[in-house]
Amino acid sequence: MLVDFFLHLRSAGLPVSITELLTLLEALQKDTIAPALGDFYFLARTCLVKDETRFDRYDRAFAHYVHGIEARAASAGALPEEWFRERLRRALDPAELARLQALGWERLMEQLQQRLHEQDGAHHGGSKWIGSRGTSPFGHGGIHPQGVRIGGPSNGGRTAVRVWEARRYRDYDDHVELGTRNIQVALRRLRRFARAGTELELDLPDTIAATARNAGQLDLRLVPQRLNRIKVLLLLDVGGSMDAHVRGVEQLFSAARAQFRNLQSYYFHNCVYDQVWSSNRRRHAERCDTVDLLRRHRADTRLVFVGDATMSPYEILQPWGAIEGGNEEPGATWLQRLVHQFPRVAWINPEPEGLWTYRPSVGIIRELLGGRMYPLTLEGLTRSMRMLARGP
Amino acid sequence: MSPTPAPRFAGTDTYVASEDLRLAVNAALVLQRPLLVKGEPGTGKTLLAEEVARALGMPLYAWHVKSTTKAQQGLYEYDAVSRLRDSQLGDPRVADIGQYIVRGVLWQAFESEVPAVLLIDEIDKADVEFPNDLLRELDRMEFSVYETRQTIRARHRPLVVITSNNEKDLPDAFLRRCFFHYIRFPDAATLQAIVDVHFPGLRAELLRNALDLFFAIRDLPGLKKRPSTSELLDWLRLLVAEQIPAEALHTHDAQLFVPPLHGALVKNEQDLQLFERLVDMNRRGR
Repeated sequence: MLVDFFLHLRSAGLPVSITELLTLLEALQKDTIAPALGDFYFLARTCLVKDETRFDRYDRAFAHYVHGIEARAASAGALPEEWFRERLRRALDPAELARLQALGWERLMEQLQQRLHEQDGAHHGGSKWIGSRGTSPFGHGGIHPQGVRIGGPSNGGRTAVRVWEARRYRDYDDHVELGTRNIQVALRRLRRFARAGTELELDLPDTIAATARNAGQLDLRLVPQRLNRIKVLLLLDVGGSMDAHVRGVEQLFSAARAQFRNLQSYYFHNCVYDQVWSSNRRRHAERCDTVDLLRRHRADTRLVFVGDATMSPYEILQPWGAIEGGNEEPGATWLQRLVHQFPRVAWINPEPEGLWTYRPSVGIIRELLGGRMYPLTLEGLTRSMRMLARGP
Repeated sequence: MSPTPAPRFAGTDTYVASEDLRLAVNAALVLQRPLLVKGEPGTGKTLLAEEVARALGMPLYAWHVKSTTKAQQGLYEYDAVSRLRDSQLGDPRVADIGQYIVRGVLWQAFESEVPAVLLIDEIDKADVEFPNDLLRELDRMEFSVYETRQTIRARHRPLVVITSNNEKDLPDAFLRRCFFHYIRFPDAATLQAIVDVHFPGLRAELLRNALDLFFAIRDLPGLKKRPSTSELLDWLRLLVAEQIPAEALHTHDAQLFVPPLHGALVKNEQDLQLFERLVDMNRRGR
């Protein structure tokens, strides 16, 4: 029972498990809900879908499944008239009903039966056959004051849109929006706890041992709390083509600053050369050498680049290729040095992933980094942080 | 367990529950599974557990989780330092280790004589492993005390309501064991019903103007924190207390303006500045 429904949801990408299906069946068995489709929709959602980011996917899968069932039911052979009357009475409001009665129930039913037998395929538009978006009295999505709705949503009119067709949860889908808060959730995956700071927790085994050694005099031993001690070095691309992504990168930056205690950030333009700067306003006056970065930070520092990697390839591969000039060694050499020094590295690209193949510079940089380039979406961030936490 | 049919929840006189929420609570009651509730801050997640307890006449055991909370604290805590100190002073209580076990909220809920409601508030605030540490307790409603070698089993399975603010992802194994409900921000009709429940005597005109303003503020682009239901109710309470007339909330040419006592709605300095700037721009633009 409901196995088809279960498999349909799974194929739509919802990770439902068998125990959840059994729970749903148990709930149905215990008469938790009235036998109505709307209530079943809510009950199935409560039992099977555990995250509001998946609600939209569930709505679409449910609509598809129900539509399939109704299409099958509508194309079945002889339809009892009583069933039709009941359905009409339930689906229409009194004004509609009055208009329908103008045509006359019997004639309408006769016509419907006749057309169902004559029609041998799906049909859309038009004015005689049963189908959608036409003007025949039978079908859906069309315009006919004296028609019967068969399957599918109505044409915007005033028929009650069923709950799952309303698509209320479209905005919650996790591929859509980035806000500082959910960026922080993604960044929180990058943690490495270490005990450092003031000592606050009671270390019981140590206390007992120390007290015993003290011949019974109570000697409390404390250990410092666990805190997140991960070190992150953030290099941000500014100017030029990155201006279009300012907002997304700002959010990422503020989230990163709030999340990581040990965050050092520097700016570069297009590609990292021999100098980076730490304040964008003073970029010409206050520069620091990239060699310093290599020397000062430990090898277990996580290195994160944020940039669109969009430039002419010669800026990466040629000496003296930088737009701002003055680099003796090509950008590729510097990138290789950084990657070699900091093996835990990731490049976050605000450009959508689909466009990466069209830009040769993106491909070059991706190769230099061993494929560790991720899009600036919630899912991309999560993947990158997971990779940085675990290691290459 | 009990032969009588499970009680049903249908909202209370002070809490308007939408149809899907009622269904979720009833499903959790009948099947005795924990109910995980998420939603925008201020939509009544914590209040839900209190109202369910009140409506069904069950005692409420609330555990408000902090970032430093460990799962063990909900079960019990062993006060080692007191015991060591008492042993030094030669206190006879030392012989019985049970004297130094402090019962946590789950233990109290399990030992309750009547079925109870257990609220675990803001479970995502704690450490990432916190929900996983509670899996067995939530599943089987039992745990064992290492120090005294006893097993504590729930006399009646409590209804567990867990709220989350979506700050962290919850582990999958935990989610599988719960029912899930997301409290959406209510639409205009439900909001009207909620306000009616809290302010039965409110004048229709004041309410209408206030709701219009509220939705206008909610729709402002770029707000960091949009005002929610609880903020609307606080604002209305302030307006009634200060006896602000309905005319003060309405401009004749339907322009955007900063309403009185807006501090209850817009809680952020940046949001307030943005709001004032938009009002200015609107005024100049017309």
